[in-house]
Amino acid sequence: MSKIKHESVEKNLGWLSIFMIIAISIGGLVEITPLIFQKQTNEPVDGLKPYTALQLEGRDIFMREGCTNCHSQMIRPFRAETERYGHYSLAGESVWEHPFLWGSKRTGPDLARVGGRYSDQWHYVHLMNPRNVVPESNMPGFPWLAERKLTGELTAKKMRVFRSFGVPYTDEQIANAKQAVQGKTEMEALIAYLQSLGTALKRAE
Amino acid sequence: MSSFWSAWIIVLTLGLLIALIVLLRWNMKNYTDVEEGELMDHEFDGIVEINNPLPKWWTYLFWACFAWGFIYLALYPGLGNFPGLLGWKSSNQDVQSLAESKAAMKKAKEEGLIVQYDREMRAAEAKYGPIFEKYASQSIDELLNNEKALEVGQRLFLQNCSQCHGSNAMGGQGFPNLTDDDWLYGGSYETIKTTLRNGRQGQMPAWGEQFSDQQITALANYVASLSGRERDADLVAQGKKLFTVCAACHGQDGKGNQNIGSANLTDSIWLYGGSISTIKETLKYGRHGVMPAWKDILGEDKIHVVAAYIYSLSHDK
Repeated sequence: MSKIKHESVEKNLGWLSIFMIIAISIGGLVEITPLIFQKQTNEPVDGLKPYTALQLEGRDIFMREGCTNCHSQMIRPFRAETERYGHYSLAGESVWEHPFLWGSKRTGPDLARVGGRYSDQWHYVHLMNPRNVVPESNMPGFPWLAERKLTGELTAKKMRVFRSFGVPYTDEQIANAKQAVQGKTEMEALIAYLQSLGTALKRAE
Repeated sequence: MSSFWSAWIIVLTLGLLIALIVLLRWNMKNYTDVEEGELMDHEFDGIVEINNPLPKWWTYLFWACFAWGFIYLALYPGLGNFPGLLGWKSSNQDVQSLAESKAAMKKAKEEGLIVQYDREMRAAEAKYGPIFEKYASQSIDELLNNEKALEVGQRLFLQNCSQCHGSNAMGGQGFPNLTDDDWLYGGSYETIKTTLRNGRQGQMPAWGEQFSDQQITALANYVASLSGRERDADLVAQGKKLFTVCAACHGQDGKGNQNIGSANLTDSIWLYGGSISTIKETLKYGRHGVMPAWKDILGEDKIHVVAAYIYSLSHDK
């Protein structure tokens, strides 16, 4: 009986837990920890700019309204995707995203490079009622965004939080944050955010 | 990746594989005093255990997994900075700009690296490139008689243009109908191509500050009268006087100017709507319709075909 060596591990909860934790964490240690220190995942692509105060507020509205439930922001390196959306997404484009909004569900199209693809006016009409421009669309309308105004109370605080993550906001940008968004509608903020998506690569060219 | 993290990955990955092999071998030997097939000396509620070895099929599968694992790690990139014997990559991720991306694509081709995405693109280019090249060398008249080319154009239209202009190309409020013969910037084949290439920026200014509400109403009535509608004569007369400001772009006769994209106000086609209230809105707040530029997204050859499709919508063969 005593010769069955693994019995001592199987009957000792402390050792069993420790060995289990070691076994499970190896995958993470190999696949995740090196990424935290890699240049590719830490260095912004040329031309990447932090979101302006208005775009940052728009991003929060994008999250609040659950846009990621139907729209991904991740163009994979397949021709079928790059023909439709543009150059595949690069890690360096997401270094200032906290959290990133890559998503994994595409009921609607990918939005990683939607910036500049349509006019502001199109976005306005489309967000009020998508069927006014795309009769086949099953996207819901978001008309309340045009009525709700931003107060800008928390914008500066949000930017400071982002700066603590390493996003290079200047003191000036943070000081002017409230003024930049106050009185703007949520619709304007969301459109400003959408128009900024994926434009860094184009800017750098 | 730094050599420390590369070594980290290699040591942990190979170390784990080897540890598992040792574990498997260790568990295949009989360390008990009990012969194989004999009863073990424990019993729970009448349930006893026979000292059986691990199932053979299961251990063989385990060995096969090890073999697969080592072969995979040798061929494909898995061990830190080691690129794998095949030189395979899914895409060029370590680039910082479009220019670097293009350079990486070129370099990979020269060095014979297998970049899955590049390979897919080259295969597609070899297949579809000649088709678009052939179309590019054809004139608009040839394309109009080429049903296949127009079908290709329609596909590209549906994918890129239909979001604004509609899948039937008949547009909507603020987005021009492409099937009629009314063109803001001109409907010749070359002009359509220019529009596609560089986009357009609508420039109807807002007049709400310069004109009073009453003047705006008068102007709107005059503009509506231009397309033959019966409007209040006094308002029309007053609006006509104010129209001199508008005439700078729309012309004294209100027929517009395709060189600057000002609308013809004398026909019954209205981009934003021709009701008095909509005309007033247009006058008061201005309109700034935007057609995005497509030269970077579609490229010249595809624009050639899309333009042919758009041209075909309002022209007979």
